[in-house]
Amino acid sequence: MSDTTNPRNLSDDDRVESDRLLHDALTGGKLPRWATAAVAAAALVVAIVLNLLTSVDGVAGTLVVAVLLFVAFQTLWSFRVEGRRHAVDRLATTAVYATFVIALAPLVAVLLTVIVQGFQVISAEFLTTSMRGVSPRAEGGGLYHALIGTLQQVGIATLFGVPLGVLTAIYLVEYAPSAKNRRLARAVSFFVDVMTGVPSVVVGLFIYTAFVLTLGMQRSGFAASLALTILMLPVIVRSTEEMLRIVPNELREASFALGIPKWRTILKVVLPTALSGIITGAMLAIARVAGETAPLLLTTFFTNSINVNPFNGPQAALPTFIWDQFNSGTDPSRSRAWGGALVLIVIVMLLYAGAKLIARYTGVKK
Amino acid sequence: MSTTVEPPGAPSSAPTADGIKGQAVRRGDRVFLGLSRGAGVMILAIMASIAAFLVWRAIPSLQANTANFFTETQWSPDAEPAFFGIAALAFGTLMTSIIAMLLAVPVGIGIALFIAHYAGRRLAAVLGFVTDLLAAVPSIIFGMWGLAFLMPQMEGLLVWLSTYLGFIPLFQNDLEQYTRSLAIAGTVLAIMILPTISAISREVFVQTPREHIEASLALGATRWEMVRMAIFPFAKPGMISASMLGLGRALGETIAVALILSASFDINWHITEPGGTTFAANIALKWNEAGTIGLSALIASGLVLFFITLAVNMAARIVIARRSDFSGAN
Repeated sequence: MSDTTNPRNLSDDDRVESDRLLHDALTGGKLPRWATAAVAAAALVVAIVLNLLTSVDGVAGTLVVAVLLFVAFQTLWSFRVEGRRHAVDRLATTAVYATFVIALAPLVAVLLTVIVQGFQVISAEFLTTSMRGVSPRAEGGGLYHALIGTLQQVGIATLFGVPLGVLTAIYLVEYAPSAKNRRLARAVSFFVDVMTGVPSVVVGLFIYTAFVLTLGMQRSGFAASLALTILMLPVIVRSTEEMLRIVPNELREASFALGIPKWRTILKVVLPTALSGIITGAMLAIARVAGETAPLLLTTFFTNSINVNPFNGPQAALPTFIWDQFNSGTDPSRSRAWGGALVLIVIVMLLYAGAKLIARYTGVKK
Repeated sequence: MSTTVEPPGAPSSAPTADGIKGQAVRRGDRVFLGLSRGAGVMILAIMASIAAFLVWRAIPSLQANTANFFTETQWSPDAEPAFFGIAALAFGTLMTSIIAMLLAVPVGIGIALFIAHYAGRRLAAVLGFVTDLLAAVPSIIFGMWGLAFLMPQMEGLLVWLSTYLGFIPLFQNDLEQYTRSLAIAGTVLAIMILPTISAISREVFVQTPREHIEASLALGATRWEMVRMAIFPFAKPGMISASMLGLGRALGETIAVALILSASFDINWHITEPGGTTFAANIALKWNEAGTIGLSALIASGLVLFFITLAVNMAARIVIARRSDFSGAN
């Protein structure tokens, strides 16, 4: 190394120069802050000009061209000024932000389609009459019978699914860690996870083979609710488990110290503390199964009449009503299908929003 | 975790409040333990009996089948003699799932990255809510939407693909029809599995130790380099199992696919042409017209689907479980 690198041997001018060099080496070249906005604006302008002058047309096409131009401009500029690493970084940032739009677009499109198509048929009549005697080609009719079916089937499934799921979670959290047979607990925990991935159509097949073919039951709303129970179970177990785990241990210890037996501690201390979280989980599970179609097609089929007895014969439900009406293929039946879709999506979203609100305002604080 | 604490042991020392005395304490505990353990065992019993009942009820059709179950493409179990096979079903299922994975994995991971490390807190919360809502939309609605809205939108793209990339057999389209194809079904599936992939990836991304992130930024890494060198290596098992869980969902998805595809029982590599079918869609579509052997044959195909999804899900869970040994906690 020569002497010039030692600051003590430098003149003032050289020192200023070396400071500048050092500063540049540390920060590198940088695009100005307004670069992203400017490039975006330029890309948009060029795309619009291309739209007017060439065969690029349509809003979607123009936007795609604008995005491509934006990526190209920004990467090139950044590559020249900031170097390869920063150009790649900007490219990656753009890509990650783009996924945000890609996530948003289908949701907005689905909701808009359902709302726009569905609102045309929603009326008091649509909500309060069944499809009995209404031909697929005729206007009118409604989904009252399907609404009853969905409420009963999902209700019965909840009645079975919630206690079973909560008990399983209690076993996993409260008993398994101190149990002698840890292997059982581990197997249960593993298969709860695996169960979330069992396709709903397979669950429908299972209920059909076990209850209709083997036990000789009719296809009925009840059979459908058994299938829904199985689909709900793993969701409820997992959410309850999570809630029980964040109940502070001090609460349990305090209760034990007062001489309260374990089962009363769980019932009177642990469960009440975790209650709002358990309710949230149950509502999410209900929302998840309310829209299931395949198991219902297999286990209860559908009917156009009102059937208030879930234990007797085919019973309609919202998803199967939509399936039937959509597949009938006539204009009136298709629009009834969209009406059914709107009602179903409103129910699911209300359950969902309700669950989120409960979780937000009453959840167990860590 | 919690609950290594044991409740008071000696019954004689239990308080006499509320009529809880020695014997009662133990009986109550025993009953409650029995109930909760019973519920856990029930989960195992359900999984075992799904396999058992399906195997049992699939046997009659497999005995009646005159074709090779694995290589036959046609599906005529109620014919005399019965002949059917799962080759076409397996092909359609794999093809739609592969398309769905190719589209959904990069986007899902991008969304997870955006929520975990790019967006501000409020925007991240909004996007988390949006992807959860996407997960809540019932699959039949996705199917209707795919048919009524997405299919016409995608036609231009598919025409473009077959015109300019038609020399690749996959995109070749001899029929000049671009509706109800495996490509469209795969795209709808991609949207449906997006929330699964992004939710689980997000969970592992936020567990990346703060120290790793700060250390790499302090060494002068750009944000993308930080993601590649600090987050991805840490989150790799999580990303893999997230993708596999998404795959499991795509394999078993029924109604959306049944609505979109115009079912045909052949192995057609031209994915932009109408046709194809999947295990799950075939069960839903054929169920109500099937005779005794027909039902049994559908159960047999459901059994294959069950085992495939079981294998995928178990593998995914094992990958993610191994990961928890070195999770961000330690």
